[in-house]
Amino acid sequence: MAASVLFDAPGPKAKVRNNVLAVVTILVVAGIIAFLVIQLGKAGQFEAKKWSIFSYPLVQRSFAEATLATLKAFGLAAALSLVLGFLLALGRLSDHGWVRAPVTWIVELFRAVPLLILMMLFYYGLPTVGIKMTPFVAVVVGLTLYNGAVLSEVFRAGVNALPRGQAEAAYAVGLRKGQVMTSILLPQAIKSMLPAIIAQLVVILKDTALGFIITYTELLYYVKYLGTQVQFGSPIIPAAMVGAVIYIGMCLILSGLAKYAEHKINKSPKVAKSKAVMDVEDAGAAPMNL
Amino acid sequence: MDTLLDNLDVFTKGFGTTLVLFAWSAVFALILGTVVAAMRVAPVPIMRAVGTVYVNTVRNTPLTLVMMFFALGYPQLGLPKLDYVPLAIIALTLYTATYVAETLRSGINTVPLGQAEAARAIGLTFGQSLGQIILPQAIRAVVPPMFNVLIALLKNTTIAAGFSVMEAGAIRAFLSERGEPALVVLLWVAAVFVVLVMVLSLLQRYFEKKWRVA
Repeated sequence: MAASVLFDAPGPKAKVRNNVLAVVTILVVAGIIAFLVIQLGKAGQFEAKKWSIFSYPLVQRSFAEATLATLKAFGLAAALSLVLGFLLALGRLSDHGWVRAPVTWIVELFRAVPLLILMMLFYYGLPTVGIKMTPFVAVVVGLTLYNGAVLSEVFRAGVNALPRGQAEAAYAVGLRKGQVMTSILLPQAIKSMLPAIIAQLVVILKDTALGFIITYTELLYYVKYLGTQVQFGSPIIPAAMVGAVIYIGMCLILSGLAKYAEHKINKSPKVAKSKAVMDVEDAGAAPMNL
Repeated sequence: MDTLLDNLDVFTKGFGTTLVLFAWSAVFALILGTVVAAMRVAPVPIMRAVGTVYVNTVRNTPLTLVMMFFALGYPQLGLPKLDYVPLAIIALTLYTATYVAETLRSGINTVPLGQAEAARAIGLTFGQSLGQIILPQAIRAVVPPMFNVLIALLKNTTIAAGFSVMEAGAIRAFLSERGEPALVVLLWVAAVFVVLVMVLSLLQRYFEKKWRVA
């Protein structure tokens, strides 16, 4: 439903009212921003001393390195969770109960445990039984297991949303079960679910920030480290602002990609439209993760 | 089992705080999210723009960073002192409200066109048609995804452990001082979370059935 269905074209009275509301909105938002800026200024957050730290080449290079560490964890976790999601989806769609049941349990389990607890399990828990891993490995494994489980649900929803005729036709021309799945159903499902899949990748990128709690030296860890530099007046707020800009920039690029994919798919006649996407949202598989 | 029973005090305190964080953030996020969703479909373009910018910015920021702003940044602002728990609730609310708003907005889109047209035809204003016709129907349609948002919120409360809030995510740090094996402790924490999520899933199924759109 387009937004415009909810209200009539404004007449003279409504126009005046809308203008008043617009002015009020602007005033309120401007008031909040002004309050924040004034408070920040009063607290001395805009002092040159606090921002001068960013003018050092070493700091700039470390920022780049920290961003790279974030991207490294993101890239590896994204690739691995796509593979894992693919495998788990195959398992959940299996015709054999003894494959389906345990895979279903695994998926439900990893979706129910908070990602941070999962990472802690690997980083703090496993060493007590003699399996040591670096923070990087713990972050990647945690991200992979959680997002793999979520992505498998996305894949599965995509397959279930396909018209039944696709599988029936594939069987009719004599393809085997595995072939039907891998060469007919999944390619179509992945294409129609692409927006949901990319949205999940944004989640992976955001969740790499959890790594800082288990001491993985990524972007947020570096932001906090900068915040402890007393000789620059503990510039935690300036550092967090810079970090936020980097994170939001990276996520917006990915989100933009998702929008673009959705746009392409909605225009393409070959895909079962975004109906599949909507079905998933109804089933709640796609955006459950925040 | 001993690990759980011997340290029941820490476990109850931890999960108690988790539930406090969850309950308050859920209430505030649902309210704020509804307001933002209304803003995003409002007749005033500026309101729509503000809503869109807020949602797009916060959704693309890691919750950990949002919490860092509040937990570490806020005390430097010279504003009235706040405890870490209310600060965590503010951060969780601001973050979750964007997801609530987006979920509601997708629900508004599922309400048949005729409903809004009929509401306009009998002369209801935007506020009336949204509040009495569209949203009540939209809310029924979004029960399952809304519960998913709440489940995610419950899990996200663990992040507060990174910022001096004694809740479920911090149980490990507490108990490592008592010399408990971290693995067992964390497995118990995970198990409790699985149970809590299951409770929410049951509620989800109950309301889904009860409020099914005819």
